[in-house]
Amino acid sequence: MILRIDNLVKHYGQVRAVDGLSLELAQGEVLGLVGESGSGKSTVGKCVLRLTEPTSGAIELDGRDITHLSRRAMRPLRRDVHMVFQDPYSSLNPRFTIGQIVAEPLLRHKVADRREVSGRVSAMLEKVGLRQEMRSRFPHELSGGQRQRVGLARALILEPKLVVADEPVSALDVSVQASVLNLITDLQRDMGFSCLFITHDLSVVEFLADRIAVMYLGKIVETGPTAEIFAAPRHPYTQALLSAAPVPDPVRQRERRRIVLGGDVPSPVDPPSGCRFHTRCPLAYDACRTEEPLLQDPRGNGHPAACHLVTVDRVPDAAANL
Amino acid sequence: MSLLEITDLRVGFDTEDGLVQAVRDISLTLDEGEILALCGESGCGKSVTAMSVPRLLPPETTRLSGSVRLDGRELTTLPEADLRHVRGKEVSVVFQEPMTSLNPSFSVGYQITEVLRRHERLSRQAARSRAVELLELVGIPAPQRRMKEYPHQLSGGMRQRVMIAIAVACSPRVLIADEPTTALDVTIQAGVLDVFRDLRDRLGTAIILITHDLGVVADIADRAVVMYAGRAVEQAPVAELFANPRHPYTLGLMNALPSAAVGGRLAEIPGMVPSPLSDPDECAFQARCPRAQGDCRAARPPLERHADGHLAACFHPGGKQ
Repeated sequence: MILRIDNLVKHYGQVRAVDGLSLELAQGEVLGLVGESGSGKSTVGKCVLRLTEPTSGAIELDGRDITHLSRRAMRPLRRDVHMVFQDPYSSLNPRFTIGQIVAEPLLRHKVADRREVSGRVSAMLEKVGLRQEMRSRFPHELSGGQRQRVGLARALILEPKLVVADEPVSALDVSVQASVLNLITDLQRDMGFSCLFITHDLSVVEFLADRIAVMYLGKIVETGPTAEIFAAPRHPYTQALLSAAPVPDPVRQRERRRIVLGGDVPSPVDPPSGCRFHTRCPLAYDACRTEEPLLQDPRGNGHPAACHLVTVDRVPDAAANL
Repeated sequence: MSLLEITDLRVGFDTEDGLVQAVRDISLTLDEGEILALCGESGCGKSVTAMSVPRLLPPETTRLSGSVRLDGRELTTLPEADLRHVRGKEVSVVFQEPMTSLNPSFSVGYQITEVLRRHERLSRQAARSRAVELLELVGIPAPQRRMKEYPHQLSGGMRQRVMIAIAVACSPRVLIADEPTTALDVTIQAGVLDVFRDLRDRLGTAIILITHDLGVVADIADRAVVMYAGRAVEQAPVAELFANPRHPYTLGLMNALPSAAVGGRLAEIPGMVPSPLSDPDECAFQARCPRAQGDCRAARPPLERHADGHLAACFHPGGKQ
């Protein structure tokens, strides 16, 4: 396992952003971490990179526990984990040229001398589909799609084992998004890195991820192989999420049964008792209000869900009463 | 006669680099009770087209020509003083970002009653009870209590519902919604789109929906206009448009969606949008178009009606042959 997260908790003061989350990521695997605003998905990414200190729990990177490493001890490990950010405008230093931005990790980690750096930057720019003359340009001279390519080049130049990508295509137009997604797919296949892909966009993870974990209020409610989750979602929240995303086909879209969730996402300051989804779940019954469901996989096929209604021979159907 | 008729609209902005031509000869109509989607990618001119109706554009730097008629009345030449009675009353707008378009220092109730008192000259009492009704209309639970709350106390979805309540307070003929659900989560988006549908069904409000999301278009719009580089490249009833896209750009957009992936790859649209500073006499999409031929570089294809009711600006339109 490249990444193993065990019972991760991160509280920001009263806010329980991540509240007991475990997941594993295998070598070369792309895991889509999906959730809506405030679900805690970005906090998970930040904890993995130790950009924020976990409150409790453990994070193992390539077999090594990094949860409590000092900044200094963490430094050499930063070669192996890199991040791609959502906003290609604010995540590149406007005073650096593209060449300097992409060379920065090589220099910081002293893994190449000056002459070597130049060659590796050229090779990396070519890999992400940027022309060599971009080296002397500044970020403001580039389009959003080009900037995101620079972000990828910077993250990948040290050939990391793990890339955490937090909504890397959400700020891009569809036609640009398509080329960046194709690029990520190609790079991932060629370079073989593992990827924790954080997004709210289900169609993007369906395209890209091998496996999906769905988060709600700081916890994983369901996880499994991508095709499985899309074909047969088990948790009522996953079912609602899938049914709410409109499909770009008016005939199909207007015939679909949509599960409209009542109310808003409760505050992570004071999450509901029992199952955190019970306040909005159309199927909630007494036990849901008091007992917290654990992630369980009664059929043993690598597709666990945290719902009392999931049993060996039954899967809840949130659309049943529509 | 349609409720709203936009004819040969051109909108440009004076900038340091010269005249940026955002909208180029757009003509479209909107009927009562119709939901019309303006779609396309960033910079295609969809928002500028819609904002030309209530003229919410900076007057010093905007160069606008063409005609915008609401119920036969020309809006482009209407004096500013008269326009004030059109904005908010006959044409109102819901913006993308509900946090920045509500005033943080006034209660929800105040912000709704303000519109009613100004435009409808209602008494304080009457405005209050109407405001509660409006909050109910847009699906806000416990409206009495919400009246006293401030924007920061509401979630994103609730704020957007308040924005809609303000926008429809004076029963406008035309509601312009500029990416109204883009900042919202999908489970919240579904509810907000239901509010628009409901307003159209119950009040007959005509809605111009500006969106980049083809899923939203498929869900709610009756008709759609696809824009590229300031021009309408295709226009058709929604079911028709998706079943049988004629313009290669429309087809390109649909194929670029992750859900349309074939064999683990997405169809890209190569190249970039042309600069809004120049306007050569050719098809603006030709440099990126798989169907482009010599004629596409020699002249600009006009928006023409095809047998199936589509309007498409292409010399080599696809679709059912």
